[in-house]
Amino acid sequence: MALLQIAEPGESTAPHQHRLAVGIDLGTTNSLVATVRNGIAVCLQDASGRSMLPSVVRYRSDGQVDVGAVAQAAQAKDPRNTIVSVKRFMGRGLKDVAHVETMPYDFLVQDGMVRLRTTQGVRSPVEVSAEILKVLRQRAEESLGGELTGAVITVPAYFDDAQRQATKDAATLAGLNVLRLLNEPTAAAIAYGLDNGSEGIYAIYDLGGGTFDISILKLSRGVFEVLATSGDVALGGDDFDHRLFCWMLDKAQIAPPSVEDARRLAMRAREAKESLTVNEEASVVADLASGERVSLVISRDDFVAMTQTLVQKTLGPVRKCLRDAGLSPEDVKGVVMVGGATRMPHVQRAVADYFGQEPLTNLDPDKVVALGAAIQANILAGNRSADEDWLLLDVIPLSLGLETMGGLVEKVIARNSTIPIARAQDFTTFKDGQTAMAIHVVQGERELVSDCRSLARFELRGIPPMVAGAARIRVSFQVDADGLLSVSARELGSGVEARVVVKPSYGLTDEEVAAMLREGFDHAGEDMEARGLREQQVEARRVLEATQQALAKDGGLLSDAERDPIDQAMDALENLLASGNAAQIKVGIEALGRVTDEFAARRMDQSIRNALTGRKVDEIKV
Amino acid sequence: MAVDLRKNHYELFGLPVSFRIDGAALDKAYRDVQAQVHPDRFAHLSDLEKRLSMQWATQVNEAYRVLRSPLSRACYLLELQGIDPALESNTAMSPEFLMDQMAWREAVADARDSAQVAELEALQRRIRGEGKGLEADLEDALDGRHALDDARDLVRRMMFLTKLQHDIDNALEALES
Repeated sequence: MALLQIAEPGESTAPHQHRLAVGIDLGTTNSLVATVRNGIAVCLQDASGRSMLPSVVRYRSDGQVDVGAVAQAAQAKDPRNTIVSVKRFMGRGLKDVAHVETMPYDFLVQDGMVRLRTTQGVRSPVEVSAEILKVLRQRAEESLGGELTGAVITVPAYFDDAQRQATKDAATLAGLNVLRLLNEPTAAAIAYGLDNGSEGIYAIYDLGGGTFDISILKLSRGVFEVLATSGDVALGGDDFDHRLFCWMLDKAQIAPPSVEDARRLAMRAREAKESLTVNEEASVVADLASGERVSLVISRDDFVAMTQTLVQKTLGPVRKCLRDAGLSPEDVKGVVMVGGATRMPHVQRAVADYFGQEPLTNLDPDKVVALGAAIQANILAGNRSADEDWLLLDVIPLSLGLETMGGLVEKVIARNSTIPIARAQDFTTFKDGQTAMAIHVVQGERELVSDCRSLARFELRGIPPMVAGAARIRVSFQVDADGLLSVSARELGSGVEARVVVKPSYGLTDEEVAAMLREGFDHAGEDMEARGLREQQVEARRVLEATQQALAKDGGLLSDAERDPIDQAMDALENLLASGNAAQIKVGIEALGRVTDEFAARRMDQSIRNALTGRKVDEIKV
Repeated sequence: MAVDLRKNHYELFGLPVSFRIDGAALDKAYRDVQAQVHPDRFAHLSDLEKRLSMQWATQVNEAYRVLRSPLSRACYLLELQGIDPALESNTAMSPEFLMDQMAWREAVADARDSAQVAELEALQRRIRGEGKGLEADLEDALDGRHALDDARDLVRRMMFLTKLQHDIDNALEALES
């Protein structure tokens, strides 16, 4: 155990330094970036005053990449190279994606994951998302006038490990330091200020462009506890557009349209849907490539009739989520609406009917997630103020398990367990002299491996030969605060240790991410080695600063004999800092970590004791 | 590296080591302690600190999970005494309890196979009642008489009831959909 710095609420580690941090809502249809400015969360706008960046990326044949409205405008012209709603492909295989057959892309599958063939070569969804994030990062840095300390990126609460890892990879690729992956419903609750004395149970109903999420949150004394979460990763506003689109084809008697016409009609469908939110009637006019003009009128009632099943489909996960939380609709004190699709009056009515109360809609449903993420980013970056003393206790949305004999799943971590969490499970060999064991990690609620998502496969080798059943293989799962899993396995029975650590990564392997960063398309001209050195130096200074502060505050917890090795390790690290050798600095950091183990444990212990007796560290300091 | 908090779960939360527990005090202690160690407090600090914070927060979550449920709490108390309640086989159980087990299992299987939701729910209520009774017995065995062998027996009964409870939940869920 090394040194832990304990920041009291209301006290950042460097009080006068405001760190630049942003919240990013990486949405299916639109993405936003927000920050806290003068204590107020605001969405950052582009040069023409728009805060929503359409999540559309176009790979042009001249090697340029367009992102946002420009790319969107080229949709009909260049559908194959213009990627919309890429979030639906994040960490997914082709069979997981709905309506693949109607999409104009040239899909291929690599390592079980979706990739897209574009005029600029094969692109993974992670890379496409990174293009969107790069634009938002640039917008933020220009607007805030400096390099970002970090970002909070939101994900649907129902995202599995593959989708979360893909999102984090995209952020890394875009050069962002991810402070936390935050669940979208939790972000929305923060934006609504539900922390301020809002005790009770809240439901967050989030119908976005491509995903539906429902979460039940319990708020009490500044603690946000996600009690349960559920959803449908393939249900969103896009599906409402799709129903309208099909209706248009049917009404206008269009045979399967060309890709360009389909795009054009899909855009008209979206406009009509938006118009019907405020109007009783909408007209649809579209000129097809053939020169033919489509002209239709749709009433709100017709639209409601053709999409009511979609609205009803959202209530299934709502019921499941309440059941998981052991609650009924009347236990819910408030319902927060998130996502542009919740503007549709019939969605609001269905939610009001189900919960027996009008939902909360006073914040812009498109911005609420980004605003909440910005508030949390500001706190995580170390700019916490006294009235922001809340704690998020999030859960893992889907169970994690291992494949056992006969293709069955042995659950290791149950869904809705509070994170971070670690759990170990012991297995044994089933053949005499068996020296290797295949470990297959899956996520999902079903009993059969084939019905769950496969996250990672690896082999534990070097098990000493023993009779069947004598080896004890312990497989350990660790889920971090971002909801990301790492797995390790070791053989305990014989005292011989074999160990493998697997961090599942999707769409891109860690090596691929590293290679892309090395290519330097984002850090042009910057040498990878120089970057590595700088990172180690920054880390070393952080550790040194933290150690100094801790010694100044709690040095009394150590005897002189205990203090000496710490001082020596600090001096050694100071000297190494000047050496300019990244590997040596790393060794120095680790060495300091080892000698501060005991001190860190005592400090943490003291802080816990103080917390339990209800006193702040400042109050007991003499 | 495992986190060595050098304390058992009760000491971590500043609570007395007993089967009977003050739920409100446990909740409050959990939140107070988690507020100190949670990774959100360390997100802007060094990688080393972030990793350590995750280990502490993991441990705190685990301690809370164990102490919150009567079954895992009882198991934990036995483990603190060096007894693993799951280790020995059922052959050591009384024939009477084994007969009970079979009767319960059959009742659940029958109700499930004939899709009798009301019957399953009635069984669930009865099992809950049994569970409450076992809790009282455990409190007596662990806190009162310090009769560890009896406690181990009771824990195994409770494990069986919990498993049965899950089977009924699964059966009900399957019938609902």
